[in-house]
Amino acid sequence: MLYDIIIVGAGPAGLTAAIYAGRANKKVLVLEAKTYGGQIINTPDIENYPVEEHISGFDFATKIYNQAKNLGAEIVFEKVIEIKDLGKEKEVVTNKNTYKTKTIILATGSENRKLGLPNEDELVGKGISYCATCDGAFYRKKTVAVVGGGNTALEDALYLSNLVEKVYLIHRRDEFRGEETTVNKLKEKDNVEFIYNSNVTKLNANEKLESIEVTNKDGNIQTINVDGLFVAVGRIPENQNFAKVINLDESGYIVAGENCNTNVDGIFVAGDNRVKEVRQLVTATSDGAIAATEAIKYINQ
Amino acid sequence: MKVIEVNKDNFEKEVLKSDKKVLVDFNAEWCGPCKMLKPIIEEFAESNDNVKVVSINIDDADELAEKYSVFSIPCLVVIEKGKEVKRNVGLISKDDIESLIGE
Repeated sequence: MLYDIIIVGAGPAGLTAAIYAGRANKKVLVLEAKTYGGQIINTPDIENYPVEEHISGFDFATKIYNQAKNLGAEIVFEKVIEIKDLGKEKEVVTNKNTYKTKTIILATGSENRKLGLPNEDELVGKGISYCATCDGAFYRKKTVAVVGGGNTALEDALYLSNLVEKVYLIHRRDEFRGEETTVNKLKEKDNVEFIYNSNVTKLNANEKLESIEVTNKDGNIQTINVDGLFVAVGRIPENQNFAKVINLDESGYIVAGENCNTNVDGIFVAGDNRVKEVRQLVTATSDGAIAATEAIKYINQ
Repeated sequence: MKVIEVNKDNFEKEVLKSDKKVLVDFNAEWCGPCKMLKPIIEEFAESNDNVKVVSINIDDADELAEKYSVFSIPCLVVIEKGKEVKRNVGLISKDDIESLIGE
């Protein structure tokens, strides 16, 4: 069996590519490690995707999945470990099978960046969280810290400030990258305390998180008692498995312009794992359309 | 087997006194990843008769969430002879559920 297009990742970018490829009657396989939808499933309410004023991430994911399936896409839940460029044909190796295809679209998105502290992984769900809207409700009337300086960190802190007793916002610089309006809203909150020029350097736990050690740029250390620590220090692209074949930039994003072409003929990229300025739902679906169109053009030439 | 809805009233009977190994799925209506996990859990339950699969809505049973120190959902807890033996936080695949259960 030789597929026309194999899409790696069933988030909004990958599934949009599947819709376009399906409408062009191409033989399409979508490979997904977990389940469809990608990062958007964590969003309770999407307000900035054209046409729908409000839609939950879950409903969005379910609709786009059904649309791709109804247009003929085959969606298989296997983890892609490697891709091989054999010239006119490519191979995609998963944890279970090897598939042959004429083209590949890489739409693997990104995952949460971790702090990189020794016991961080074992404390996930026991005080460490990467999603304030998912887990905030468990910390009602408790004390939490948010670490990060971008929009996600600011919005998480604001969301949590309405739920919890106290929020510490820890940022390694003295200025935030995120929007000023959100910073100003946070400054008006009595229960938000800013800790600038500092990093979280240790997680103290006994079964669950009890306190964090915070070190400032002068080397002064303080220990803060918290029930929860929300980590919002950015995201990292999931491209490690393609690095042998595909050119990545220094942050690990796939180097490609707006036409979604990578350095390899017949291999394309779509969505958050591509070098780009704006990473939004609408730019992910846009990439999906472009990558599929480029792949179809490549097959037909 | 079908997934059984459990709350604090039937938790002891369905989970703690179960002869079979129990997979407990802590979830909530407002949690997107939990809703994504639901059909995967159901598929797992249908194809694994040797495991009892139960679902707990944490908004209806916050005392159970507290008892098991659930601070993030979806959270899967494996309970054998009344005791927790394994746990996974976050969305996972059916294969990962199978390896979580083990034998």
